[in-house]
Amino acid sequence: MERITSRTVGLLLGLIVLYGLAASLVTNSYYQLQLTLIPLWACYALAWNILSGNSGLISFGHASFFGSGAYLVVLLAVKFGMSPWLSIPVCLPLGALLGVLIGYPTFRLRGYYFALAMLAYPLALQNIFEWLGFQEVSMPIVRDAPAAHMQFTDPRIYTALSLALLLVVVFVALKVERSRFGMSLFAIKQNEPAAEAAGINTFKWKLRAIVVSGAISCVAGGFYAVVLLVVTPPSVFGAGVSAQALILTMFGGIGTIWGPLIGAITLIPLSEFFRAELAEKLPGIQGVIYGVAITLIVLLAPDGIFWRVKDRMTRGRAQSGSVAPEIPVSVLHGERPATGEVMLRVQNLSRAFGGLRAVDNVSFDVHSAEILGIIGPNGAGKTTLFNLLNGFLPPNEGSVNFQGKELVGMQPNQVCALGVARTFQVVRPFLRMTVRQNVIVGAFVSADTEAEAEVMADEALHRVGLTHKADALAQGLTNKELRLLELARALASRPKLLLMDETFAGLGRDEVEEMLETIRGLPAGGTTVVIIEHTMHAMVRLADRFVVLDHGAVIATGLPNVVTKDPQVIEAYLGKKWMALSAEN
Amino acid sequence: MLIEYGPQIEQFLNAVIAGVMTGALFGLMCAGVGLIYGVMGVVNFAQGEFMMLGMYLAYFFTSTLLQSVLGPIVGPFTAAILTGPVIFALGWLTHLVLLRPVTGVRGANVEAAGHYAQLILTLGLSLILANGGLILFGSSPTSVRTPLTSQAFQFEPFGDADVMLFINQNKLVVTVFAMALAAALWLFVHSTKTGRAMRAAADNPDAATYVGINVDGAHRLSFGIGVAATAIAGGMLATSISFQPYSGTEFVIIMYAGVVLGGVGSILGAFWGGMVIGMVQQLSGLFLDLQLQSTAIFVVFLLVLLFRPQGLFGKSAERT
Repeated sequence: MERITSRTVGLLLGLIVLYGLAASLVTNSYYQLQLTLIPLWACYALAWNILSGNSGLISFGHASFFGSGAYLVVLLAVKFGMSPWLSIPVCLPLGALLGVLIGYPTFRLRGYYFALAMLAYPLALQNIFEWLGFQEVSMPIVRDAPAAHMQFTDPRIYTALSLALLLVVVFVALKVERSRFGMSLFAIKQNEPAAEAAGINTFKWKLRAIVVSGAISCVAGGFYAVVLLVVTPPSVFGAGVSAQALILTMFGGIGTIWGPLIGAITLIPLSEFFRAELAEKLPGIQGVIYGVAITLIVLLAPDGIFWRVKDRMTRGRAQSGSVAPEIPVSVLHGERPATGEVMLRVQNLSRAFGGLRAVDNVSFDVHSAEILGIIGPNGAGKTTLFNLLNGFLPPNEGSVNFQGKELVGMQPNQVCALGVARTFQVVRPFLRMTVRQNVIVGAFVSADTEAEAEVMADEALHRVGLTHKADALAQGLTNKELRLLELARALASRPKLLLMDETFAGLGRDEVEEMLETIRGLPAGGTTVVIIEHTMHAMVRLADRFVVLDHGAVIATGLPNVVTKDPQVIEAYLGKKWMALSAEN
Repeated sequence: MLIEYGPQIEQFLNAVIAGVMTGALFGLMCAGVGLIYGVMGVVNFAQGEFMMLGMYLAYFFTSTLLQSVLGPIVGPFTAAILTGPVIFALGWLTHLVLLRPVTGVRGANVEAAGHYAQLILTLGLSLILANGGLILFGSSPTSVRTPLTSQAFQFEPFGDADVMLFINQNKLVVTVFAMALAAALWLFVHSTKTGRAMRAAADNPDAATYVGINVDGAHRLSFGIGVAATAIAGGMLATSISFQPYSGTEFVIIMYAGVVLGGVGSILGAFWGGMVIGMVQQLSGLFLDLQLQSTAIFVVFLLVLLFRPQGLFGKSAERT
């Protein structure tokens, strides 16, 4: 995991101090206002990035938080004469509460639906505030003790406050980004089902993210009311306000604290310059500039300027320094324990999709320390069976008992926490993370501290023989290495049972041999294996026992050499015609 | 009995009539959005701006030529229809230059950006068009009036003057046009060879490519037709409301509310979704202030998303 290094902290502090010093030289109040707004919008974009940048759930509705904060501060000042020094802190719980109220129902939705739903909240709020008669609310001017009401004649003080706020928000964002929190969100962004299967409670982390993000956005909105003095529904709830956070972040770089900072310092002055110079002749020029900027970014550097530059800088490094691969440690572990008592008992498990019985009354046992192969032709229901076992799908009937605990009804992350890990047919590594970081994500489920997760990750890398690639970026790996990476990610939580889905897909003959060696060593390390495969040749040399599925039902169970001679199995694989032929011979 | 509740019944029935007429137009807009989303899987945030361009085009066609040549009634409606080919060409070009790199077969391989590139790109396009429209057309509200706008057929369904129903003649013409166009769109997609190719490209882009369908071409066609349908709806709408360059943005939620309500991927569903949204808007006017009418739409939209994301008429949209 990337630590918060003193270099990063020093760089950030230096930049903020430099900005403050430069700003203190500016006396023109219009320019000073712009200098105040840059850090303010950066805070807001950072807040957006905590949720959307890290988790990949694009919010088009952060104006809900921003606008609520602005109206809270201005209305408390107008109705009760409350000082922003008191009301801005109140924005924190308000934003957090809104985060729960919005996040709780909306996280049921994915992708586009989430984005569209988020768009509706601020627009509804905008209408409601107009209807309530708050078309234009101004901060009341306080004559005695203005400083107690956050009113200063020297506009530079606002810039200083804005920078102080930015400092706090940057460190919150940094803390989120480089911790278990950020890694979990990042895993969700890459592949939510895989994250869930790796033991990450995706709903909990998403909700935490929107609470933190909403609270910060709300505070930024509150401060905006103090700086701009006038609040109108379109200026704080409008679609443009929601888009602002997204545009600044996307432009600068999504999923990193540098993105919002780069975006704010580039686009805010640029658009403001054009607006000030050309607004009379070209009234919408600011919006056009935002539109062009974001369009070009998506086409030329889809993840933003920061990543484009970083990718270019790391490209040279990733290819250099390849060390000879070590022998997987698991192979060296020597004696494999004898197969023991029943670990997993599947009874009468069924699941239908409409009229199709994808898994039909399936029962089998898995004994500890064995390697059980589940084979069957394409479409036999193998992956569906795994989805039922690890909680992705609820079965229509039947039970799955793992060491005395019923798994049916559990969330995938709970199943994982009990010690049942899983790999997927399609490898989905976290491409921009290093191999080691990828594996650390998998270790979080059973690690109490981040340090412990690192130890477990290193151990898992050692087990699959990938230690020499630990610091390489996942995007530079070969297909086999990606398979090993996924295996290590699943092993990192030290699972008792590992469900492997078509691990040999896309591997060459030699690579299959190496992979076989690695998997054979797993029981010696304390992991029982259930592996799905539709090709026979590798499996007969790997599995202790076979369960053969066809059309969702178990058609044979037993030792490999017995099962492969079973006429029913041959028919399932080759069809009736071949059966007739082999009978003739 | 009837006399006692006369005013309420009158209000209600008039709202239903207005709802059907508004709904038909919304339905056509939604059918355009639904076609694009159904075939390309793209949420086009700029759809409202294409509609706004349709409004202005209809206005310019009418005021520069058609009004004087075809008269004050036929002129504006012809203008609205003529926006179709122009916006189709614009949509075609937009897909070719901007959308193709991030959608379709190629887009599927843009792993990191694939999720949001399309959303962001159309958002950028919407900003450019709305604000570019402000630069070109100015911010003062514009409208295309026909003599029919202020005329209505009157009915007394119960034979007395207690309950009087009004059908705005202009809206009636618009409704007929909208329904006919939506039906034509549905027929095109469902019973022509080109339409079948479009649906095949939607179902499985890879397989469609293997059987010789030009998936990019199908996408481009559906994008062009989709924005054109919405633009024609805009041209029609321009005869009964006044509009400005930001008008398109206001309709984006309405369009997507309709599409989601109807169930994604079905043109007919999208049309009926739009119809329901029109009804909700007009009926909510019976007991809500004007400003809250669109809030009613947002609330309906959110409720549908949260409780029935597959839409009222659609199949399940959730895939693992």
